[in-house]
Amino acid sequence: MFRNKSGEFSWVDFTIDVLRVLIVLAVVVGAWNTLSSGRISLAQWVNLLAAGLSQGSIYALIALGYTLVYGILLMINFAHGEVFMAGAFTTFFFAEALNRTGFLNEQPLLAILLMILFAGLVSMTVAVLVERIAYRPLRGSPRLVPLITAIGASFFLQYAFRGLYGSSFKAYPQVRALQGAVQIGDISIPVAQIFVFCSALVLMIGLHWLVERTRIGKAMRAVSENKEVARLMGIDIDWVILFTFGVGGFLAGSAGVINGLFRPQGVNFYMGFIPGIKAFTAAVLGGIGNIPGAMLGGLFLGVIEAIGPNLVLAGLGIPGANQLKDVIAFTMLVLVLIFRPQGILGERLSETKA
Amino acid sequence: MKKVLLLFTALSLLLVFSLPAMADSHCMDELGCVEVGPDEPIVIASILAMSGPASFYGTDSLGGIELAILGRDGMLLGRDIELVEEDSHCAAEGGQAAAQRVAADESIAGVIGTTCSGAAQGAMPIISEAGMLMISSSNTSPSLTNANADEGGTYYPGYFRTAHNDLFQGAMGAQFAMEVLMTDAVATIHDGDPYTEGLAVVMADTFASMDGDVVFQGAVSKGDTDMSAILTEIAASGPAIMYLPVFVPESEFLISQAANTPGMEGVKMMTADGSFSVTFAQNTGDAAVGVYMTGPHVAGDAYDAFLEMWAEEQPGGTEAPPSGFHAHAYDGTNLLLDAIEAVAVEMDDGTLMIGRQALRDAMAAVEDYSGLTGMLTCQEESPYSGDCATGTALAVFQITEAQVNDGEWPPPIVWDLSMASSMGEG
Repeated sequence: MFRNKSGEFSWVDFTIDVLRVLIVLAVVVGAWNTLSSGRISLAQWVNLLAAGLSQGSIYALIALGYTLVYGILLMINFAHGEVFMAGAFTTFFFAEALNRTGFLNEQPLLAILLMILFAGLVSMTVAVLVERIAYRPLRGSPRLVPLITAIGASFFLQYAFRGLYGSSFKAYPQVRALQGAVQIGDISIPVAQIFVFCSALVLMIGLHWLVERTRIGKAMRAVSENKEVARLMGIDIDWVILFTFGVGGFLAGSAGVINGLFRPQGVNFYMGFIPGIKAFTAAVLGGIGNIPGAMLGGLFLGVIEAIGPNLVLAGLGIPGANQLKDVIAFTMLVLVLIFRPQGILGERLSETKA
Repeated sequence: MKKVLLLFTALSLLLVFSLPAMADSHCMDELGCVEVGPDEPIVIASILAMSGPASFYGTDSLGGIELAILGRDGMLLGRDIELVEEDSHCAAEGGQAAAQRVAADESIAGVIGTTCSGAAQGAMPIISEAGMLMISSSNTSPSLTNANADEGGTYYPGYFRTAHNDLFQGAMGAQFAMEVLMTDAVATIHDGDPYTEGLAVVMADTFASMDGDVVFQGAVSKGDTDMSAILTEIAASGPAIMYLPVFVPESEFLISQAANTPGMEGVKMMTADGSFSVTFAQNTGDAAVGVYMTGPHVAGDAYDAFLEMWAEEQPGGTEAPPSGFHAHAYDGTNLLLDAIEAVAVEMDDGTLMIGRQALRDAMAAVEDYSGLTGMLTCQEESPYSGDCATGTALAVFQITEAQVNDGEWPPPIVWDLSMASSMGEG
């Protein structure tokens, strides 16, 4: 302890170690206080966990888009939150139409499947267009250039959709089949949350299959490994990159619909901003560029956000603990960057890739 | 020598001819005058939130301003009325930047704005310094009309508002919860915005002063969608009523998720005018039925005529006002235009002189003006300096199934201050 590799005393290592001890202490004391006060029952903790897992699966689906693009281009696509918004916002009108004809409540499963496909296609189109118009001409330029362009694209998309659909808040129709809760003993878990978790799981398994078992997946992995060698092997790099953006977009769009069915309110042009930032955090938490890492990071972030304020902060006697939910999320990010810069599942990257 | 003499004669002739003109254009106002040339329009400005998530409030107010101008056929004192639009982004920095642009334009007679109280805090020092006046249609933070800096007051001369001060609204919510609903324990939630925080604090203080129990005071963040953590905490503290004066969509998330949170059954809900939007009940769904809300009570034939005009003109491309402050903006604009009309002096050459201090005085003298939002009387005494709304146009509403299923708006009124006074007498 307190010594660097060459065995000398180092103030930096010392501070980091002290920080480590303090954080562990704060978490233990806070959790102990809360649990021993018994304010929140076991059933309530399970409820919080379930809510955190469903919120986390939405983060995970969006985070996959960040991670896929980063894995291939080493670029952070800050417009990805807006790709999520594009699908969710556009599908609102489709969902309204399905609801008005009664189809949504007659055939909920089929209707939801249609909505997911629709939103996926919209978001995919937006993602592909952004790549084609805003990013491809800049490929090969210094890394700051596409980053700033991504921020510009993000604003452009927000205000383009505001112009298209207006600025007022909208809400998805509520599906009757997703109302109610499953009762296990004195624990009740809302059906909507189970639905969110399961559909996210299906999509993630689908992605895993695509990347690991198909020809295009192999090409994606090859491009991510080394673009030049992949090109020499006859892989059409531009097409693979476009495809990757499309897949990320599809996942973001379906996350938009799943989010809409689970938390119907708050649909407007700005809805992608915060989930986008949270999902980016999740991707970094799990190890950016790593697909299982993004899934794990998303779920982890969702659970921490749901349980953290009540477990740790309230136990430490901090007032307004719930307003500090985002503080917990972003403190996690800082901690990961300090103690495990490569993320939970990330591999140590070489200089050129990091 | 001849040349010098010629020049001298010419100069003195010029001076003699220009003297009467100079005397005429002399402005007697201590803050200076707005000079409007014979063929120039009368210019007013708007500083509203036109981008960002609060932009529908801006669109709402801008519609009210445009209709007030249209209601006069775009003319005042025989001249065109020109509107300069600035965006405040609902933030202090945005308000400051917009105010700087407005203050640099000497032709602007007055400002309608801002949308958010935070933006007003950035804008008012500059607007006040420039001698201008600003009338807000939706700032409700008590600090803006409080001249006492020790109490956190940020009043600047030249500030007026037609929106009601939160001191009325928060206290009204507490009175209703205590005296009518007979609830004895309250949980309050704000979202960190000075407006919502102010309301939550006023409500909690008033409730406590009436011997009520404040069991939980917490906050969510703007942009939160998952409210399960705070709702669990609230359920554990056991309130009889939850007071959530936050904006949409956070209020929609809170109310719809509370319906699925064990321990929240039977807890009454009350929100405020940050959620007073046509889509609130429909967006929230069945959980909204029974929710109380305090908000502006605007009704009557004049208001119906206003809504018809809105539907016809569709300002900003909206078929109906997207929020509840359009009538306040309409009244504010009319007050400003009336004041300009009252103090403007026409010179012999056709130039209009509008004294800036005279304009402020004319606004401060407004008494019993019958607007869409009720009787308006502008007050001067802190903590109500510049408050023109008297709180009589506030009411408590309760959402019913007609709002959720059929989109009827506004919801029926269950209580207002006139009932409070009759209760007191009885």
